[in-house]
Amino acid sequence: MIRFILRRVLGFIPVFLIIATLVFFLIRLAPGGPFMEGERHVPPEVLEQIRESYNLNAPLPQQYAMYMWDLVRGDLGPSMQQPSRTVSQWIVLRAPVSVELGFYSLIVALIIGLSAGIIASLRPNTLTDYIPMSIAMAGICMPTFVMGPLLVLIFALKFQWLPVSGWDAPAEKILPSITLGTVYAAYIARLARGGMFEVLAQDFIRTARAKGLSETRVVLRHALRGGLQPVISFLGPAAAGLLTGSFVVEKIFIIPGLGKQFVDAAFNRDYTMLMGAVLFYAVLILIFNLIVDVAQAWLDPRVRYD
Amino acid sequence: MTDVAPTHIEAGASLWRDAWRRLRKNHLAAISFFLLIAMVALVIVGPWVSRYSYETQDRELGAAPPSASHWFGTDDLGRDLFTRILYGGRISLMVGLCATAVSLGIGVIYGAVAGFAGGRIDSALMRIVDILYTLPFTIIVIILTVYLGKSIVLIFMAIGAVEWLTMARIVRGQVVALRHKEFVEAAYVMGLRRRRIVLRHLIPNALGPIIVYTTLTIPQVMLLEAVISFLGLGVQAPMSSWGVLIQDGAKVMEDNAWRLIFPSLFLSITLFSLNFLGDGLRDALDPRISKD
Amino acid sequence: MPLLDVKNLKTHFHTRAGIVRAVDGVSFSVAPGEMLGIVGESGSGKSVANLSLLGLVPMPPGKIESGTAQFDGVDLLHCTNAQRRTIRGKKISMVFQDPMTALNPYLRIGDQIMEPLLIHENMSKADARARAVAMLKRVGIHDAERRLREYPHRFSGGMRQRVMIAMALITHPQLLIADEPTTALDVTVQAQILELLKTMQAELGMAVILITHDLGVIAESCDRVLVMYAGRIVESATVDDLFREPKHPYTRALLASIPATQEKGAQLYTIQGAPPDLTATMEGCPFAPRCEHAQPQCKIGPIPLAEIAPGHATACKRILAGEIT
Repeated sequence: MIRFILRRVLGFIPVFLIIATLVFFLIRLAPGGPFMEGERHVPPEVLEQIRESYNLNAPLPQQYAMYMWDLVRGDLGPSMQQPSRTVSQWIVLRAPVSVELGFYSLIVALIIGLSAGIIASLRPNTLTDYIPMSIAMAGICMPTFVMGPLLVLIFALKFQWLPVSGWDAPAEKILPSITLGTVYAAYIARLARGGMFEVLAQDFIRTARAKGLSETRVVLRHALRGGLQPVISFLGPAAAGLLTGSFVVEKIFIIPGLGKQFVDAAFNRDYTMLMGAVLFYAVLILIFNLIVDVAQAWLDPRVRYD
Repeated sequence: MTDVAPTHIEAGASLWRDAWRRLRKNHLAAISFFLLIAMVALVIVGPWVSRYSYETQDRELGAAPPSASHWFGTDDLGRDLFTRILYGGRISLMVGLCATAVSLGIGVIYGAVAGFAGGRIDSALMRIVDILYTLPFTIIVIILTVYLGKSIVLIFMAIGAVEWLTMARIVRGQVVALRHKEFVEAAYVMGLRRRRIVLRHLIPNALGPIIVYTTLTIPQVMLLEAVISFLGLGVQAPMSSWGVLIQDGAKVMEDNAWRLIFPSLFLSITLFSLNFLGDGLRDALDPRISKD
Repeated sequence: MPLLDVKNLKTHFHTRAGIVRAVDGVSFSVAPGEMLGIVGESGSGKSVANLSLLGLVPMPPGKIESGTAQFDGVDLLHCTNAQRRTIRGKKISMVFQDPMTALNPYLRIGDQIMEPLLIHENMSKADARARAVAMLKRVGIHDAERRLREYPHRFSGGMRQRVMIAMALITHPQLLIADEPTTALDVTVQAQILELLKTMQAELGMAVILITHDLGVIAESCDRVLVMYAGRIVESATVDDLFREPKHPYTRALLASIPATQEKGAQLYTIQGAPPDLTATMEGCPFAPRCEHAQPQCKIGPIPLAEIAPGHATACKRILAGEIT
């Protein structure tokens, strides 16, 4: 198992470098850039000097080589638009908030999604199936930027049970986590239902029943592991979705996370910040995919040590 | 139940007729289908018959709640919300269709090439798809839209450019599976040319999954456009899309709740219908995983 | 007194295509310690009849329309779920056709074998483990202690079927229902598994219902046979009688179509026509459309199974009337 993890981690390195290269050229080859004339009331000579200091005037291959060299040494450079901190410092400052939001949302999604999906799978094509699944579909069709404002409208403005925005007091964290979590709860519910449905039709479930097990034991001990496989494979993409979904939620609830930092960096053409944020997201997603793979191998003996 | 396998295939009914029959029996999918047609018709015809244009302002009126003259109310510039929603719908639906078309084109060609070439080319092409999968789509689209400019055409190009990955995988899977089926081998033996095999045999057989996934891509793409617009990176004023309208509405929801609710409703209904139709098509076209 | 006494069992499936009468009025009994074979082609209802007894027919679409099944003072078709659970896996066990899919791929072999003991006999884990090891050895699996910790995918088909048998027999049931236990296996392994079933039956003194479509398997191992066709029993006899003196035309056709019994070089015998559509209501004998002896009278009225000789019953009007021999 440890060798499997090590091999996967080694495999991350080329993927990471390819992503860095792709994003680097994607950003640089586009017209425009930071510190262009006319964008600010700064004399052209000063701008020229700034560009020089960031190496923006060097030929592209040279810029690339220098960036990659710094990257390999773990240096993401200073933020071009907010030079008070380096990109790494910004990430350290902002990312924990986004990760915390993502974590709570995932918990919300799993609790709601799993229970709805499993309940629905037990009696297919009855009301206990249709009702949770219709709600799940509604959840999928109600994007975060609709759900968020609506929740605020109802719970913060109308009833005034919860604060409108912020990220300090525990009460402020409830609405954002629910907003971000419900969409994924809906997907998880659908996947859990589908997976359980499939497993419950398998021969070995009939074997388990023939052994005289109670229905609870059949579901919990024999069906759950296989039935939740689709949910577990979904957690990789879901983690990516929770991170990028946080752009919207951070904007709605005015949360000082990395998502807001990233969108601002994109607006301001803050090359270094943008690169840093994308690479940080990529690493997080790769790590999460690895965790998912390990969990899957652990749950399904047939794929173990592949 | 090894003993009972009542498979009743009506004689002469082709796959497509069978699928159509199953789809009509699925009430939710049928309702979704008509809702969608109604929505498209409304969005196309509505603005022509409306008394207002999407930029007609009535500053004296300002933001007014729904009334007889303005069914869905107005925004703070006194523009009729109903008309703006219909115009925004045109943009949203167009982005949905065009971006899906782009992703369909790239995905089908890429997947078919990979599946048909096989061997090293196939694994190299698919490895690239795997790597791209690790990048969150939204991030790439945001970078693309910021740097390529904010025109609608570029937005749907950008979205299409990142949404083709799953389509490529599906098409490749189908092609690989079908390549080794007897009828394709038979076509080879009969000396048919490659192009003919692809056109006459492979594509028609892969069509089912492609149609299903296309239907499910449209709502994803529309959602992505709405996210970008909501973040302020998408369609620019005075044009609007549902995402933009929702963002405007969210800002003023405390006093002008209707400006959040109506555009949200339109977007959600459309997404709802597309998803149910996609699900229905999947059940109809793929009898193996359908419920009966 | 029979161990199991089934009367007029009807199991129907309510599908969109109509009502499939998978089992349509079946009565039989099993004596303690005997091996009863049930033979018939796919769709004859032999599996469904037995699954019905244990409440393993998926409902819906399945529905048990009528019948009783007395076992150990309980009517299996009309007892509570709780009662049924105390019988399933304890007094009546089942072995299924495909050992590749009948074992849970996510759980260790040991945990699966021990499970019936843990839930039915309140045994400690250590005791259950010891019983499981002993049982695995008895069904011919070497190195049982180590293999107990492995997952099913590490076992071959024949080995998995041995595991299935060990799991079914670990509670020493009074009745074992083996549903095509050898069909999915290689020919050489088939013989071993049948041999194992016979040995275990002798050792534990249990009754066995052996469901198969293979008359060879019946000839080799059973005491008595039921022949099923289209959800009904068309003939019931001892194995010797059945092979020596088959009565029902369907049984005769079945015997005639065994390649080994036919002359070398002769054209293989096949039964004309196709099995009937079970969604249609059937008057008279279900085999009549394919029967070379069929007369208009064969398509009228219910044709019950009736004794033609002691211990030998058939559901053919013309045989019973002595019109054909």
